[in-house]
Order: sequence, then structure tokens, then C-alpha cells
Amino acid sequence: MKDTGYDYSVVRGFAFSALFWLIVGLVIGLWIAYEMFNPALNITPWLSFGRLRVVHTNGLGLGFGLAGIFATAYYMLQRLTRTPLPFPGLAKAHLWLFNAAIALAAVTLMAGISTTKEYAELEWPLDIGVVILWVMFAINVFAILIKRQEKQMYISLWYLVAMTVTVAVLYIVNNLAIPLTLFKSYSLYAGANDANVEWWYGHNIVGFIFTVPVLAMFYYFLPKATGLPIYSHRLSIVSFWSLIFAYLWTGAHHLMLTPLPEWIQTVAIAFSIFLIAPSWGSVVNGYYTLQGNWDQMRTNYLTKFFILGITFYGLQTLQGPLQGLRTLNAFFHYTDWVVGHVHMGTMGWVAMIISASFYYMIPRITGRDLYSIKLANIHFWLILVGQLAWTVTMWMGGIQQGAMWKATNPDGSLMYSFLDGLTSLYPYYRIRFVAGVVYFIGILVFAWNLIQTVRQEPSDAKA
Amino acid sequence: MGIYSKPVVFAIVSALVILTGTVVTVFIPMFLPSTQPVSAFVKPYTAIEQEGRDIYMREGCHNCHTQTVRPLRTEVLRYGEYSKAEEFAWDRPFLWGSRRTGPDLNRIGGKYPDSWHYRHMQSPQSMFTLSNMPPYAWLASNRLDTSDSFRKTEILGYGYTEEQVQQQLAEYKSKVTSAGYDSKETRDQVTPDALKGELTEMDAIIAYMQKLGRDVKAMEAKQ
Repeated sequence: MKDTGYDYSVVRGFAFSALFWLIVGLVIGLWIAYEMFNPALNITPWLSFGRLRVVHTNGLGLGFGLAGIFATAYYMLQRLTRTPLPFPGLAKAHLWLFNAAIALAAVTLMAGISTTKEYAELEWPLDIGVVILWVMFAINVFAILIKRQEKQMYISLWYLVAMTVTVAVLYIVNNLAIPLTLFKSYSLYAGANDANVEWWYGHNIVGFIFTVPVLAMFYYFLPKATGLPIYSHRLSIVSFWSLIFAYLWTGAHHLMLTPLPEWIQTVAIAFSIFLIAPSWGSVVNGYYTLQGNWDQMRTNYLTKFFILGITFYGLQTLQGPLQGLRTLNAFFHYTDWVVGHVHMGTMGWVAMIISASFYYMIPRITGRDLYSIKLANIHFWLILVGQLAWTVTMWMGGIQQGAMWKATNPDGSLMYSFLDGLTSLYPYYRIRFVAGVVYFIGILVFAWNLIQTVRQEPSDAKA
Repeated sequence: MGIYSKPVVFAIVSALVILTGTVVTVFIPMFLPSTQPVSAFVKPYTAIEQEGRDIYMREGCHNCHTQTVRPLRTEVLRYGEYSKAEEFAWDRPFLWGSRRTGPDLNRIGGKYPDSWHYRHMQSPQSMFTLSNMPPYAWLASNRLDTSDSFRKTEILGYGYTEEQVQQQLAEYKSKVTSAGYDSKETRDQVTPDALKGELTEMDAIIAYMQKLGRDVKAMEAKQ
């Protein structure tokens, strides 16, 4: 490995932080999945479902997702600009403070300190911490782009810039609140207005954390791992601008048939349908990149992670807009269908792409060969089967629950009590738990494989 | 070539692109009356109800219960009149939720007596064997902290004086601790002896439950 002056220690630090929070988040996920059919697991207030669910979502979304993004971003930024990190000390501080913030987030949420706004549950002192962390990251992003040696900015850099800008706007606007104490504040917005701000945030934070930077990884690591150039540069330009334009209009599809003004809901439906186009622009770009080289699905262990990942992204971005349609939303909203939808995106798309990116990146930054391709393949199949069993089970449960809520007797009265609908889901919840265990084992294999990789002798030393 | 080699310009253009939809669907509606309609029938929460709401938030009840009845036939049959924007004028934050593991609560107020709630909060499984709701018996063992009650109503703009807040709390306390309280027997069963004469967190969250949807029911009764 040539010494390029690149700083990879922070890349490595964030990658292993991501693995750590992934495992913690999944353990909590399994715990709350069990609580869903056995409430005896609500042992203490700290472990009750209402508090723990947000530790799961924040732990995986912020802990695993963001750490994975920071790891790959610090890597891609240096490689794509052919410039060492301008402020490695700042990046190191970013790494340590990030982990401290996630740990504090988990503890405060377990203590019931929560704003309740979905994916923005952290109270205001931690919000300020998150903003400071984001600024620390943004300074390195813009400094390296300004100092870069490579004239053109590659597609992945566009997505990283869009993420850096948009997440800042979303996070600050949605979290504005009036503090009561250090541990409690009240939202600046009220009622329908607050709901509108929250779901503009909620939808787009998913978009700009679980889509945009993951696409940055996809556009960078797919060509790297396969040795094939991206099929169409023009298609990626069109996809990028139309994606980031349309995304911001669609938050209100989370508020279908609520008291939010109807025109905002309708605009959101229209833009949601439109969003299929740019999303599939990236899907098509990915598939066509493999044109004539589909044998790589068998011969290159990384290719299948990327192709299955982008396939789940494609399914996700078809399913999402369809769920937003008023009639379908009336049936599916508030059921487990939506839970299945979210998890196809996170367990399928996000985790597959981050896994493959790490498999490509970690051996290169540490100067070691991957410990075991065989284990990587086992990891792939376990998380694929686990995820599919998980999401399909939840879709079935969602359809059943939606149907039971709407079922009426010939005289027009309701056929099922609420409890009938809930208890009919318990078999699905048991299957979901087992599927989650399968997935979790796959992730343990992943973690083991990477840990063993860095514990080996450097491959140079062996040669 | 173009903005793909000018990162600062690229960032500014990106910001403008993402702000377009934001301004039209979020920023402008903030100032439209349709997102914040008011109704003379919808009253702010009393101090005790607000304390209950804060406990509801602390325990993450919104993770399983929604607070919006949609204008769908079976939903209105199941829960009652569908939700109107006016009802939420005082809600900071909104608590509409996104998943119904448990039933919607926007019309729960007045549906059951307090005694139902005391028993159900203490042990949902004692009433519905197969319920998966966590038990909240320990709320009755926590004395309600009212030290910030006035400041809360002040920040939330409810317009009460400090005396009014103290009076609301005192009135509610004397209601639930009096011998004539209709749910006294159940409250005494779930509340530890030391707190029988005090306000507990359980009292507060039940006061909040009984407020939900009450104003709309009053409005319908008058119409």
C-alpha cells in the first residue's frame, strides 16, 4: 500500500463504531420484538416498550447509520479528491464526541427524556451537540472539496454535499423548541403545524440519511468492487437533481387523512409518485453497469450485496409511493405493513450497501486481506433470508390487521374488536422474532469477519 | 465543467433546490390559518392534564397509540367522530403517532370511568388476558412532581395565573382523595398507602386520558 498521506484512522474508528451500534441496536430490536408478544419483558420502566423503541430507532439510525456514513464519507472524500483530510484532529474529535453523544442519547431515551417527535426524540442539549458534530463534519467536507486535487467532483460527492446541507436544515428547523429545564422542552410549533414540520423532517431525514449518502456509497463502491464504470453519467445527473428536488415535497404522505390541510397531502402524493423516476434512475444505472458481466453475481462476492441492495431500494421506492395513495394508505397506515416497509429499506438496502462498502474498504485501509470470503457469503445469505422473512411476515400481518379493522357485519357493525386484530398478529410476531435472530446472526458473522481481518498480520508483511 | 467543479456553488444550488418544496409545503403553511384553526370549544389542558400529557410523552405511549381518528366509516364506528385540526391547537408537540399497536386514544375521554383506567394502567392483562401493553403499576408509586407545573402552562401559553394552577392541582387532589370519589376503591387498591392522600403520576395520566376528545363531545352536544 502506497503511503498517500490519507488519514484512515478516523475511517476505521467510525467503521467499528458503526458495527458496535449495529449490534447494540439489533439486540434492543430483538428485545422489543419479543415484548410485542410477551409483555412480561417490560421488566422495568427503562426497558418498557415505549422507551426502548426509540433507543432502537435512534441507535440504528444515528448510531449505526450515521457512523457508517461518516466512515465511508471520510474515505470517499479523500479518495475522490485525491487530497488528505484537511483537519484530521477535528475528525478524531468528531469520532469521540459522536460516540459519546450516541451513548448519552441511549441513556436519556431510556430515562424517558424524549421530545416524542419521531427520529428527533433527543432533548435540546443533545440537539445542540448533534448540530456541533454536524458542523465539525461539514468543515472537513467543504475544506477538502475546496482544496481538492481532482478537478471534477464525482457523483458520490454531490450526494454527500446534498446530505450535509439538507440534514442541517431539517434538523435545526424541526427541533426548534422552548426549554423548560435541561431535560424538557416544548415544540415551537403546535398541532397540525407541528405534525407537518415533523413529517417533512421525518420523511427527509430518512431520505437524506438512508438514501442519499447510501447512494453515494453505491455509486463509488459498485464500480470499485466490480471494476465496471457507471453505465450513464447523464442518468446520474438527472436522477440526482430530480431526487433532491422532489423529496422535500412528500413528507405529508405520512399524514394522509389526518386534519392536515388536504392540499398539502395531495401535493405530497403527486411528488411521491414522481419520485419513482429518479429512484429508479439509480436502480437502472446500477443494473446496466453490470451489463454483460452478470457472471459477477457468482464470481465476485461483493457484487451481489450491491445488486440485491439496489433491488431492495427499487422495491422500497415503488412500495413507498404506492402506500402514499389515499385509498391504499387508508388501509395500510398504522398497521405493521409500514413497519415491514421501513425494515426492507434498512435491513435490505442500507445494511447490504454499508456491509459491502466495509468489506471493500476495511482491507484496503488496514493493508490486510479480508479474513474470509466464505464468511462474507454466509453473512450475505443470513441477512438476506432474515430480512425477507422479517418483512414479508410484517406485510402479511399488516394486511390482516388492516382487513380486520375494516371488516363489518351485514348490519354494518364492526366484525372484530381491536383486541381481536392485535392478538391475531402474535403468530406473525413470533415468526418476526425468529427472522430477526437469523438476521442478527448474519450481522455477528459480519462483525467477526471484520474484527478477524484487522487482527491479522498486514498482507505486506506476509509477502 | 460547470457547477460540478465548484463545490460552494454546488452547495448553494443544492440548498435552493431542497428549499423549494420546503418553503411551499412547510414554511408558507406555517403562517396560513388552515394549519392552526382555533375553536372556542377547545380549551387548553389544565395543569394536572398537562402533567399527565408529559408522563404520556415520557413513557412513549405515542409509539403504540395514535391520536387521530381518520374520516373513514369503520374508524368513526370504532372510535367516534373523526379528528379536526382545531382540537390540536394547544398540542406542543402533536401526538398523532404513526402506529396502532394499541387503539387510537383521541376519543378516549369519558369513554370509561377513572376506575377502569386505574385498573387497566396497573395491569392491562388483568382486564384483557392477551393484551401486550406494558403494565404501568409503578406510576401510582411516584408522587407527582408539580414544581414546574406553572412554568409549563406559562411556556405553553395557556394563560393561567400561578394561583389558578395551584387551585387546579388542589381541586384535582381533593377530588381523587375524597371519600366520595366514584373510583376511590380502585384508586386505593393501586396506590400505596403513603401516597393515598397525594397526587401520583397515575392520577395525572388518567386526568389526561379523560381530557382527550372531551371538548369535541361537548361541542357536538351543543350543536
